Amino acid sequence: MSALGLSVAGEVVDDFHAAALRRDHWRERLGLAALAAPALLLVTVTVLLPVGWLFGLSFFDDAGAPSLEHYRRMLAEPSYGRTFRTTFEISLATTAICILLGYPLAYFLSQLPRRAANLCMIAVLLPFWTSLLVRTYAWLVLLQRSGLINTWGMQLGLWSEPLQLVHNVGGTLIGMVHIMLPFLVLPLYGTMRAIDRDMLRAASSLGSTPAHGFWSVFFPLSLPGLAAGSALVFVLCLGFYVTPAMLGGGKVTMVSNRIANDIELFFNWGAASALGVVLLVITLVVLVLTARLSRGAGLFGGGH
Amino acid sequence: MRSAADPGEREAAVAAPLASPSGKALPIAVRRLSKAYGAVSVLDDVDLDVRPGEFLTLLGPSGSGKTTLLMAIAGFLRPDKGSIRFGEREVVRLAPHKREIGMVFQNYALFPHMDVARNVGFPLRLRRVPATEIARRVEAALEMFQLGGYGGRSINQLSGGQRQRVALARAIVFEPRIILMDEPLSALDKQLRERMQIELRQLHDRLGTTTVYVTHDQREALTMSDRIAVLDRGRIARIDTPRAIYDQPGSRFVAEFIGESSFLDVEIVDGVCRAAGSVVRAPKIPAGQGRCVMMLRPERLRILDGSETEAMNRFDGKVQSAIYQGDTLLLQLVLADGSQVGLRMATRGDDAEPPASGSPIAVGIAVGDTVLLADEGRART
Repeated sequence: MSALGLSVAGEVVDDFHAAALRRDHWRERLGLAALAAPALLLVTVTVLLPVGWLFGLSFFDDAGAPSLEHYRRMLAEPSYGRTFRTTFEISLATTAICILLGYPLAYFLSQLPRRAANLCMIAVLLPFWTSLLVRTYAWLVLLQRSGLINTWGMQLGLWSEPLQLVHNVGGTLIGMVHIMLPFLVLPLYGTMRAIDRDMLRAASSLGSTPAHGFWSVFFPLSLPGLAAGSALVFVLCLGFYVTPAMLGGGKVTMVSNRIANDIELFFNWGAASALGVVLLVITLVVLVLTARLSRGAGLFGGGH
Repeated sequence: MRSAADPGEREAAVAAPLASPSGKALPIAVRRLSKAYGAVSVLDDVDLDVRPGEFLTLLGPSGSGKTTLLMAIAGFLRPDKGSIRFGEREVVRLAPHKREIGMVFQNYALFPHMDVARNVGFPLRLRRVPATEIARRVEAALEMFQLGGYGGRSINQLSGGQRQRVALARAIVFEPRIILMDEPLSALDKQLRERMQIELRQLHDRLGTTTVYVTHDQREALTMSDRIAVLDRGRIARIDTPRAIYDQPGSRFVAEFIGESSFLDVEIVDGVCRAAGSVVRAPKIPAGQGRCVMMLRPERLRILDGSETEAMNRFDGKVQSAIYQGDTLLLQLVLADGSQVGLRMATRGDDAEPPASGSPIAVGIAVGDTVLLADEGRART
């Protein structure tokens, strides 16, 4: 075949354009990569470099000599342990409450006709379009001693003394759950939408009561979305700063608040960096574990 | 297609321990069933009787109400009014999980988080069948569909045809007395679909279960059914055996929907019918009005060469094009008055060259095969 060659517009091509076609292929690839280049550059400059710099900083002591002092102190001082425990407890509690509130909500949305579901989704997403700071201040307005809830509650005679609703763990949780809920609902709703309705009909025709059908078919199939949403919420909570700082009133010290203190009060960049590194590692571990767990349960790769 | 040619071989391959031709098939009686969404009526006072052990197909274009009717029988759709009886039992208000129906869905609806055996065993576990008994019956059902030993496979490892078989095994393993199928073969490729049609029909014959089958594929309906109900805009336009419906569709809508056909406008003057410039005779002439249409099935139309022994209705025209389609040759013709008709004939290896475009041709249809239908205008599809 190739010995014959091909004559294209008078020119004989021996390899049937193989080399030229290969060149075209790579040129196309390169073009695609070029599209991603600006974003990659930005990420490198604004994320990777500073993080790398902080990472390095955490391994030097205050005098500038290489040392593991910051990490050693983290292990030695019980206050650090408390901070991490608080961070985990608050994050877990927020995630749990988000699941309790978000799962039924996502289920409800997934059963609505698409148009109605989209409208309701706007309501769920509305908070995303307002500033985080504004939303947190709004909670302060509602929950503080002379806030709306206390005023109305006492006017209605439900309680006589102003309740301590904010500047404590409860207030922090309220604010965090409110801000985190969409992050749970969105992936969960997507997963639930994708569950074929015929799946539940099949269960029902085979003899499942609605409750049995839900637990034996719908719930297991919704787990990947639940795992993704919960992991997202948990990880975001681990590094949450604004809301715990404002609604916690100094009584709820999460890792990020501690980092801020180290820098703003003590100008100890090394200690702050070390905390940042540990937080990053924990976050990565959580993400990997979630992915591993949900895959191990054979939940991903289901579908059709 | 091969299995169609050799049903005996197929039969042997499918022979199975689960076979239980039972006298317990249930009739289904639907009365005055109606369902409307706002002003749109999707089921309009439907009456339907499915005989015990019958294979009945609901056939119609999309939006005709065939799936709605099936879903109402299954219990997934609450009608506005009407009655549905399984045997003596009124079920119209009964929850679907109490109806004891084996249902097969278009997209299989297998549970992806369970393996094959757990899918098929699902209805048995619900009925508290002992574990050893479940294992035995699941394996028997799988063997019936040539899936013996597949119990441990995950659903994702199966091909489309295998998934459909698992779905079938799951639907029959608990021996329901009624089986409903909603376009179960439409996701399969043509060859597999045609093989499964034969297989499903044989399965039905062996189990003897009352089966209601929904399809929009008229050929599938003709192949599989004892009777076909043709639906049109929420009503049953015609219900009869495949042969009766094909030969005597009764209306232009049914004639257009089932099989190929061309239509000629017919004028009736003093009891004499004229179409495309020829006088036409027919066994039955629609009463009353001056116009009707003549149904011409392309394979019933013949090229006239003078050797005909029976009475024929003759038309003269020209060949527009000849299309070779392997098993048949399709001639597209223009008759004297400009109307277009198709003629289809079986091909053979020693066929002469087909007539050239533009050459004059005389064609005819036996008077006995001639069907005149009341003209209800252009059919909707």
